[in-house]
Amino acid sequence: MKKLRDRVAALLDEGAVSLVIGYEEGTKRPRPLFCRNSESSGKLIFDSRCFHNLAVYVTKKELVGKERFAVTAPISTLRSILQLYVENQLSEEKLLVLTVDLNGELREFVTFEEISAYVAQFEMKRGEREQEILSKIEGMTREERWKFWMGEMSHCFKCYACRSACPLCYCTKCVVEVNRPQWINPWPSPISNMEWHVNRAMHMVGRCTACGACGDACPVGIPIDLITRKMMEDLAPEFGYIPGQPAKQGNALSSWKLDDREQFIR
Amino acid sequence: METKYISQGGMAQWFESIIASGKRVYAPVNSRGQVDFKLVKNLSEVADDYIQTTQSIKASVYPKAEVLFTYEKDHGKVNLSDFDPETIPETVLWKVHPCDAAGFKPLSAIFNWDSADKLHNAHLVKTSVISFSCAKADQSCFCTSVNGSPGNTAGSDIQLTVLPDGGAIAEILTPKGEALVALLPPVFEAERGDKKEQYLVDLPARFSLEEVNAKLNKAFNSTVWKEQSERCIGCGACAFVCPTCACFDIQEDVHGSKGRRIRCWDACGFALFTLHTSGHNPREHQSQRWRQRILHKFSYMPDRLSVVGCTGCGRCSRACPVDMNILEHITSIAKQ
Amino acid sequence: MSEKNTYLPYLMTIDKVIKEAPGVKTYRLKFQDESEAAAFDFQAGQFGEYSAFGEGESTFCIASSPTRKGYIECTFRDTGRVTSGMASLEEGSTMGFRGPYGNVFPLDEWKGKNLVFIAGGIALPPMRCVIWNALDLRENFKDITIIYGAKSVNDLVYKEELKEWADRPDVRMVTTVDPGGQTADWTGEVGFVPTIVETVAPSAENTIAIVCGPPIMIKFTFPVLEKLGFTDSQVYTTLENRMKCGVGKCGRCNVGKLYICKDGPVFSKAELNFIPAEEY
Ligand SMILES: Cc1cc2nc3c(=O)[nH]c(=O)nc-3n(C[C@H](O)[C@H](O)[C@H](O)COP(=O)(O)OP(=O)(O)OC[C@H]3O[C@@H](n4cnc5c(N)ncnc54)[C@H](O)[C@@H]3O)c2cc1C
Ligand code: SF4
Ligand code: SF4
Ligand code: SF4
Ligand code: SF4
Ligand code: FES
Repeated sequence: MKKLRDRVAALLDEGAVSLVIGYEEGTKRPRPLFCRNSESSGKLIFDSRCFHNLAVYVTKKELVGKERFAVTAPISTLRSILQLYVENQLSEEKLLVLTVDLNGELREFVTFEEISAYVAQFEMKRGEREQEILSKIEGMTREERWKFWMGEMSHCFKCYACRSACPLCYCTKCVVEVNRPQWINPWPSPISNMEWHVNRAMHMVGRCTACGACGDACPVGIPIDLITRKMMEDLAPEFGYIPGQPAKQGNALSSWKLDDREQFIR
Repeated sequence: METKYISQGGMAQWFESIIASGKRVYAPVNSRGQVDFKLVKNLSEVADDYIQTTQSIKASVYPKAEVLFTYEKDHGKVNLSDFDPETIPETVLWKVHPCDAAGFKPLSAIFNWDSADKLHNAHLVKTSVISFSCAKADQSCFCTSVNGSPGNTAGSDIQLTVLPDGGAIAEILTPKGEALVALLPPVFEAERGDKKEQYLVDLPARFSLEEVNAKLNKAFNSTVWKEQSERCIGCGACAFVCPTCACFDIQEDVHGSKGRRIRCWDACGFALFTLHTSGHNPREHQSQRWRQRILHKFSYMPDRLSVVGCTGCGRCSRACPVDMNILEHITSIAKQ
Repeated sequence: MSEKNTYLPYLMTIDKVIKEAPGVKTYRLKFQDESEAAAFDFQAGQFGEYSAFGEGESTFCIASSPTRKGYIECTFRDTGRVTSGMASLEEGSTMGFRGPYGNVFPLDEWKGKNLVFIAGGIALPPMRCVIWNALDLRENFKDITIIYGAKSVNDLVYKEELKEWADRPDVRMVTTVDPGGQTADWTGEVGFVPTIVETVAPSAENTIAIVCGPPIMIKFTFPVLEKLGFTDSQVYTTLENRMKCGVGKCGRCNVGKLYICKDGPVFSKAELNFIPAEEY
């Protein structure tokens, strides 16, 4: 921790970066911290409880400004940053990435390749919670699954915390906000909630890095992250991706191949 | 107002008679790891060990989405069907906490500002509130800083304070409360001289509203909004769980020649809330939207509607994905 | 309970359609119910929520004068879902209207004074209402000057009325278009509204200025008026913010403590000094 704080203080003092996005102790658990001067770097923490995905901030221009900035990134945040690079949302000149590795060493990354090589050491695994719920869902029939999700989604009140917490939901006008034509009814109701989540899932295909931020953010406890996670898990082998390791070959949703084995796409 | 004693067994019988009367009863239920108000039929469904429901009870008098009126188009003509208050059933809210019951006043103040809101009022007249005073609180609770208390009876028709024997002190506060008692009068026994205060959680006030209001009057251009809101991601969670947030959108639901005009929850935290069609947005940045949230509740509402827009329930702090803790933020403004 | 449902609109028939400029139309609306028509009353400056059934509601000021009874008019630009829905309606179709909402121009207070109306672009509608109102009570006021500008000749709205006003001996009418927006036969001024105001505005002595237009025009016109000696209480404008309910409940139109739908849309410049300019 000390190494991280010292390094951040030095980066800010030297003017190497104008902002470091990290974590501080919160009232319930660690929360995002925006360090703009070396004094506040004393509040920085970085441990296993720090899982809020800070990559959500790196595309917000009003926050990060025009100058170079840094972000402290646990593995889930690193994966999102890779995906944002793939989608041309970040530039290597602007972003410095800091992490603390398993040996407690401070690591710094500048390029996509450096992060990519580091992330490759970590296999994407389901946690206990994901395993428990997903194996239950995988054991269900199609009808039971529909019932399960309709039940869950009946609780959704369209606060869009899931979307706001997701680093990859950076669109300035979301599909639910388009009103000509109005694709999705904007008020909460079981069916329009399902429409919203199905749409969001479609937009996440091949992009979601299973950070779990959306599910974690949902105030009413819908395990919404498991939809995009499961899609990612199922899709990766089909398209030759490694789950959780965005590569520069593009996204399943936005790329196509002449030799695709499906007829409909050719 | 009258104070009575009701035994644990008496409470169970009374609950049954409320159900038997045909009224809808909403009470906190623990399911999917969340405690929230749900339609119940049995006392055994009601959650026991929790501090606060995730969502407030406001949906009972201000549904998430509600039809304002319906219409049918017919060769260039339009036929309207007004909202019918008679469609709203008699409803009893069981085990509401005082900070939730206190939310009815600010909510209604907004809806009835100079002109009456027929829909909201239709729900209100059909709703009776049985609150339970609070024996427990958590670090997000701060009712005592915003004119409330763990035994505040504002907004309740009956308040129960549970006693160690499982029975309760019953304060019958309004004619609606009396009507509920009349469903089974014998279970309401003479009071036994129990001291209510003894069974309430001790929650010292953390700031004074006057102090906050005075600071906020000069704070519009303060840097505090940007400092506090940097991590805010602009969702609707805080507003949607809040017992007093009333902001709404009006939308159209059309199927062929038939349509419904719907009002649904909206929130000042959303970027699109104030966006003009021209693309101009008076609240372009999250800091401006966070400022609106705090000023609306703690400055504009007290000034314009003579009621503070926060009951200290702490729900927004618990629901916020990035730990925007309203108590922490307001306290720091008060101390500035 | 026999409370009225605030959100239930009056049914109106589109009685007349006037094409004003590209994308801009004026609808004359008549109440379908006689008793509603008889009971209806409004004052200059007020607005309403207009329904295109199937698309929703939008906010427009009432562009006709309260002195002209039996109908109301609205002038709107086709910009979004509701306005395009409205634009596709024809004479004889049904629309909805709720209102009137908001405060009014204090015409009574202005008695015996000179009036100068300064409008830009499609902001003439709120102005047209108060202009006709003042002209219909012409004896109440001294000199009346109208300065109206648009991007180009094509963008000028109420072309018929501009002529009518220009032809009146008791009105001084100045029309202008932005440089480059003039046509070969254009006889009016060429220049941005603030610049023209500087050269043609009457003396500030006993005069009220009413300014409506896009934020940028207002921003540049206010200092000009100040230079000409107008005090803050001699200058009026109207504000627009996004609205839904129109009646102070939906929570989106406030500028600081003031709600545009209830405390506005008409404000004197003196009143504007107490609310944060950032929020409109
Ligand atoms: C007091 C007042 C008077 C107005 N008078 C006129 C007028 O006379 N003529 C005219 O052309 N326009 C006027 N406007 C602007 C007009 O209301 C918007 O252009 C219109 O709402 C766009 O609606 P839309 O549904 O077509 O657009 P969309 O982009 O589809 O808008 C969706 C919704 O957003 C809301 N909205 C978006 N922008 C505005 C806005 N600037 N003001 C209010 N609501 C908005 C509306 O509720 C609308 O239903 C006025 C606005 C206000 C506040
Ligand atoms: S966070 Fe939860 S309640 Fe909010 S929109 Fe997403 S799924 Fe719905
Ligand atoms: S602002 Fe927060 S603490 Fe206050 S009433 Fe609303 S949810 Fe409760
Ligand atoms: S805090 Fe925001 S969402 Fe809540 S009532 Fe006030 S303006 Fe509306
Ligand atoms: S304060 Fe929290 S809950 Fe409210 S808008 Fe911001 S991130 Fe969402
Ligand atoms: S338009 Fe709803 S509060 Fe002003």
